[in-house]
Amino acid sequence: MAELAMRATELVKWFGEGDAKTVAVQGVSFDAFFGEMLFIEGPSGSGKTTLLSLISGILRPNSGTVSVAGKNIWDMTSDQLADFRLNTVGFVFQDYHLFPRLTTVENVAIPLILKRLDWNKSVEDAMQYLEIVGIKDRALLPPVKLSGGEQQRVAIARAIASRPDILIFDEPTASLDGDTGRRIIDFVKKNILNDQRCIIIVTHDSRIFEFADRIIKMEDGRIICFEQGGGHEE
Amino acid sequence: MKGILKIAFKLLVNDKGKFAALLIGITFAVFLMVMMTSMFAGILHRSSATVLNVGAKIWVMDPAVNTPANSIPMPDYVLDAVRSIDGTKYAMPLYSGGALVKLRSGVYQSVTVMGIDDSTLFGRPALIEGKIEDIYAENAFVVVKDAEFRKLGNPMVGTDFELNDHRGVIVGIAKVSSSGLFGVPTLYTTYKRALQYIPSSRFTTAFILVEPKNSAAIPYIKEQVKALGYVALTKDEFIQKTSDFYKYQTGVGTNLLIMTVISFIVGLSISGQTFYTFILENLEKFGALKAIGAKGRELVYMILFQATFTSLTGYGLGIGLASLLINVARLRLPSYAAMITYSNLGFAFVMVLIIAGISSYIGVRKVLKIEPFDIFRG
Repeated sequence: MAELAMRATELVKWFGEGDAKTVAVQGVSFDAFFGEMLFIEGPSGSGKTTLLSLISGILRPNSGTVSVAGKNIWDMTSDQLADFRLNTVGFVFQDYHLFPRLTTVENVAIPLILKRLDWNKSVEDAMQYLEIVGIKDRALLPPVKLSGGEQQRVAIARAIASRPDILIFDEPTASLDGDTGRRIIDFVKKNILNDQRCIIIVTHDSRIFEFADRIIKMEDGRIICFEQGGGHEE
Repeated sequence: MKGILKIAFKLLVNDKGKFAALLIGITFAVFLMVMMTSMFAGILHRSSATVLNVGAKIWVMDPAVNTPANSIPMPDYVLDAVRSIDGTKYAMPLYSGGALVKLRSGVYQSVTVMGIDDSTLFGRPALIEGKIEDIYAENAFVVVKDAEFRKLGNPMVGTDFELNDHRGVIVGIAKVSSSGLFGVPTLYTTYKRALQYIPSSRFTTAFILVEPKNSAAIPYIKEQVKALGYVALTKDEFIQKTSDFYKYQTGVGTNLLIMTVISFIVGLSISGQTFYTFILENLEKFGALKAIGAKGRELVYMILFQATFTSLTGYGLGIGLASLLINVARLRLPSYAAMITYSNLGFAFVMVLIIAGISSYIGVRKVLKIEPFDIFRG
């Protein structure tokens, strides 16, 4: 039995009040385990992104808990939450959100710099992560000079630079062609996922479902079913 | 913290277009503010040139006198009365008047003639050529080598000229600490010769220069002079009175103040707007940083650093540009009055800090409001 990485319990989140009230997530509970690649899938507006924000310490739920290492993250202060995001969670945003005015390696070094590491040491370490994702030779270029797939790899390198336990991908293949998207997820599964790390991917791209260990299907803010993915190994 | 500030620095300076626009805005504002206040400071300094150059501790004058340039002659008995005040060590008359000299070349030139007491030569300038005793020689004048000196054809000792059908001869060349405001050369001669050469009104003493026995005697001297219907001002008070006159009773102060305020508003508008645009364009990036784990205060430090760095760089460039322009202008116009003082620099610095503060306040508000969730929502 794999070790529990995160437990979400009865998460509820709504926006607005009165007639304008919209319930985005209602009573969602699930566990995520180390060594697992967990997909959250559903149509647009089903609450995937809101759920992602709730479990990563970005958006406070109206009720429910998110436990990581036995502690409810929503009992933390805002500074503790920032530290939690920095040390425990790695994000790969849909639009990557790389800094065009910094070089590729400096982009990757950002989490290390936020951890108060010396600039030169951070850049030196960031080079190793660029090597892992296979674009070390692009280190000194600005991200705008890279292809979409390469930018995705930079975003992955930045996300793993702080050695997070939980890695969160938001629509990782949305800006990539089918082949590149598959290659990226395959690469992540083979090189980034390990027994000390859990990867949660929000997507509605069925072409990559084959890499999932489990798939959570959402609709109207609720989990409608759990499925075994194509990557599940008994 | 150094690493975070380095990120802020790179984000700022690597956006060359925005950074240049920010610098131009602040540099321009500082340049204008420093130029305006320097011209004002120069005018105020030069308006008190006579007081500074003569150096007397107390000046007695008609109460209606506002500046050393517009004296109202006093009757001779005032000099005797001031000399008899207990606490007066000595008191000397000073003549100050305008005249027209005809140079050897045939050119006419306005001058200010200062007539100093014949017996003591109190208030005489320091000579750089010639001997002060020669001022007693026939037709003798000492010329001041200031910014206006060349208007007399760069005279030397021995150069002669004509003043109201009298011959005048330069017997000495003097230096003074400050040039006058009105662009007119200054000649010194004895009090008697000044009265003899220049047509005078019934009363002739423009100012009475007083040396008190000690500083404790000054209030008493002022009181006694007031009882005579005149006013006694210390050197600093006279400089202040002159300064106040130009500030509040002429349009000079108001106009320069308006120009300075406009410079500030222009600088604030350009840099504030550009900085706001810069923050807006980077807002998602700040949101991403927040999502990654940057704390709100770290983002505030980044913005404050960017605003401060830009402001101080613009401040330095603005000061440099103003200094350069003033020095270049002086090469062409020796009487150019602008003068950069520590007060000007301090004033511009405070204004720049206000510009930086307002610009960063707008940015900080925006950045603190951005939610990392907005980054996920796209």
